[in-house]
Amino acid sequence: MGVLDSKVPQGLLAEKWVNHKNKINLVNPANKRNIDIILVGTGLAGGSAAATLAELGYNVKTFCYQDSPRRAHSIAAQGGINAAKNYQGDGDSDYRLFYDTVKGGDYRSRESNVYRLAEVSGNIIDQCVAQGVPFAREYGGLLDNRSFGGVLVSRTFYAKGQTGQQLLLGCYSAMNRQINRGKIQSYTRHEMLDVVLVDGKARGIIARDLVTGEIERHSAHAVVIASGGYGNVFFLSTNAMGSNVTAAWKVHKKGAFFANPCFTQIHPTCIPVSGEHQSKLTLMSESLRNDGRIWVPKKLEDAKAIREGKLKPTQLAEEDRDYYLERRYPAFGNLVPRDVASRAAKERCDAGFGVNKTGEAVYLDFSAAFMRYGKEAVSTQKIENASEEQIRELGKAVVEAKYGNLFQMYEKIVDENPYQTPMKIYPAVHYTMGGLWVDYNLQTTVPGLYAAGEANFSDHGANRLGASALMQGLADGYFVLPYTMGDYLANDIRTGKIPTDSPEFDEAERNIRGQLERFLNTKGTKSVDYFHKRLGKIMWDKVGMSRNATGLKEAISEIKALREEFWNEVRVPGTIDSMNPELEKAGRVADFLELGELFAKDALHREESCGGHFREEYQTEEGEALRDDENFMYVAAWEYTGEPANAILHKEELKYENIEVKTRSYK
Amino acid sequence: MNLTLKIWRQKDAASKGGIQTYPLGGVEPDMSFLEMLDVLNQELIDKGEEPVVFDHDCREGICGTCSLQINGEPHGPDRGVTTCQLHMRMFKDGDTITIEPFRAKAFPVIKDLVVDRSSFERIQQAGGYISVNTSGNTQDANSIPIPKDQADAAFYAATCIGCGACVAACKNASAMLFTSAKVSQMALLPQGEIEADRRVLAMVEQMDKEGFGNCTNTGACEIECPKGISLENIARMNREYLRASVK
Repeated sequence: MGVLDSKVPQGLLAEKWVNHKNKINLVNPANKRNIDIILVGTGLAGGSAAATLAELGYNVKTFCYQDSPRRAHSIAAQGGINAAKNYQGDGDSDYRLFYDTVKGGDYRSRESNVYRLAEVSGNIIDQCVAQGVPFAREYGGLLDNRSFGGVLVSRTFYAKGQTGQQLLLGCYSAMNRQINRGKIQSYTRHEMLDVVLVDGKARGIIARDLVTGEIERHSAHAVVIASGGYGNVFFLSTNAMGSNVTAAWKVHKKGAFFANPCFTQIHPTCIPVSGEHQSKLTLMSESLRNDGRIWVPKKLEDAKAIREGKLKPTQLAEEDRDYYLERRYPAFGNLVPRDVASRAAKERCDAGFGVNKTGEAVYLDFSAAFMRYGKEAVSTQKIENASEEQIRELGKAVVEAKYGNLFQMYEKIVDENPYQTPMKIYPAVHYTMGGLWVDYNLQTTVPGLYAAGEANFSDHGANRLGASALMQGLADGYFVLPYTMGDYLANDIRTGKIPTDSPEFDEAERNIRGQLERFLNTKGTKSVDYFHKRLGKIMWDKVGMSRNATGLKEAISEIKALREEFWNEVRVPGTIDSMNPELEKAGRVADFLELGELFAKDALHREESCGGHFREEYQTEEGEALRDDENFMYVAAWEYTGEPANAILHKEELKYENIEVKTRSYK
Repeated sequence: MNLTLKIWRQKDAASKGGIQTYPLGGVEPDMSFLEMLDVLNQELIDKGEEPVVFDHDCREGICGTCSLQINGEPHGPDRGVTTCQLHMRMFKDGDTITIEPFRAKAFPVIKDLVVDRSSFERIQQAGGYISVNTSGNTQDANSIPIPKDQADAAFYAATCIGCGACVAACKNASAMLFTSAKVSQMALLPQGEIEADRRVLAMVEQMDKEGFGNCTNTGACEIECPKGISLENIARMNREYLRASVK
């Protein structure tokens, strides 16, 4: 196993977490007041951890680049949050949630972490309701559920199409309570630019005040990275414009291993790219696949006529439509997991069946749902002799109540009414399963440095199921870190305040200042975005939805060359000591240019297909992903040694003792 | 499309700002308003000038970061959208567009089009929460049934994204719609009822301290709110406030 110790407790799977909590060290309340914790990122993971740690009595500082913690990108999550409550009585349990998540992740996640996630999932819902999160309810006053991809039960709790915002507001209100008590100091419009290690332990960060440009030193006894994922390495993604890898990458360069960078989720239902000017992509929630049916024309000539605007989708007869997910995967149909749905869309479009100008779009059609719900409404409202049109209208009202804001968003962006014509969708980069390697306690390979939420790697394997990201973020923050960090901090009760005038802080600040000055002094000819877009194109073309060895090798050398060009040719206007978004972007893109190479290197080394990682060389005759459990059933944790190309691979072997490892089938 | 942009430029909080004019060509109807500004900024960088600084992040209408007073209206001429969802098809070739920051005493300008909305933060910190610990030892989520209508009303109040358009739309720069949405969400739920009095008094006190103006019921806030937050929330907050103050 080498240097990786996952610290998974002994004992039965279902008892590990309880036993672990009973055995680990605690810090007494008086001592907690003498301990400082820094959290980088205030989304669901960072925000919930901040609130809980402050409640316990620790002194917490939070950092976010946004002007309010409430604006972290967790806010954009639409569809829902999973929990094994079994309110629907459809046979759900902790074990089933665990099973679905491990299978959904294509057997590349750590069993014990996933079980713990399932175990605390119910508590999350209790907690959120107590905080005033307005989840959707049924007429009886109890909570409603819906179903998401890759599962056979309804375990997803939701708040229309903005579950992320409602959960984050809950978490933010818990933070506000602690800010009001003086237990959290919230640093907004601040960006962490480096971690500071003293005697090998994480003891603080260097941050830049994005308003004044001042470079600041902040010390603490432990640091948590909860800064989200790195999907923006593709330039175009559903991430926020500011989402970045800098915090995670900087700690990687200081010794934290980076795990499975190539495991990236391409979400099947996003609004297709409309042109060169595009700055980001917009997701249409997976929840839409509960009621929408995905199809392309059966005949190539129909697809061509549609692309040329000579034929409308609504004119196509039922028998001329290919509901390819229902055809290929009858058991799960339109609710297959995301990786499967995305590849299937690409396959159809590559074969010439795409339905927009670029040929990269498929339909998501609600006409069947309008009729189904309409008939239900006619029956409950006792309407006699309803016309087809009346039924459709009643059905549209039901769909509007469920997904109204998503339909509205679609119409504003695309300028087409999805109640009248099917939506057009295409896969887009959405989430990164890979991230900082952490042990069972969510500690990285650097003592005192933790990673939570999307920033760590642990729970989703090679593919994340829908509505599991919110669950993981809150589980890590509310229910895991507050316990496991105490175990580490128990040794720090006598340490006292960490000084910020040490040589370690001096050096870290000097390096950061040097990097920022270099950006400004390069005075090249091309903007930061120019490089970011080129990097994104390399990533999408060669390290995207399907990959092969030749393309990956090309990507590695192209990214390296682009990186050199960036450092010699970038133009960053403005000054260091003022608000300067171009300077912020330059730092982020510099890190993406390094991460991108490690990403491709990881994808090249993993000679198998699993989850979101699809290598063209490794597929079944039917075009499904072909895993190689004998050689690749491990977590690839990369150690930085100076250049991404020279990163050293460490393997954490994955053992499945409570679940039978099988070929993942959704047929 | 060819446009003439009149944009507020201001070096920093201490400096005096002013409108500058920029011609911009090559704008496509499918671009979002912010993508149009990206194009302008790219041109400015290429010319060696400083780009226009504006707030934005998710670019899908939910984070509430983007702002902008466009031709005098917060988030521009379209209804029910934030600036990031506003598309150039709402404008015509040859148009002149004036772009300013949100204007309010409680939202001082930081740079160009960026304003400081931390006054909103402080209103929420004053009492915008339910005092329960996040220990996980709460009762089962279904132990208190909540009538669907009430839960839905709380949800609609909670859809506020905290962008500040209501303040920018109001001739008095009042934050009543924002504050009342936050007060309402919790007042409507049984979990929030318990400390409702304390909450409304604390939040209104902070709102006044921040220098927001009074509400004179013009309703401009509701019209400009990208999420359609209803004036009913203001009425509810007034009732809550009155009840709490006479106790």
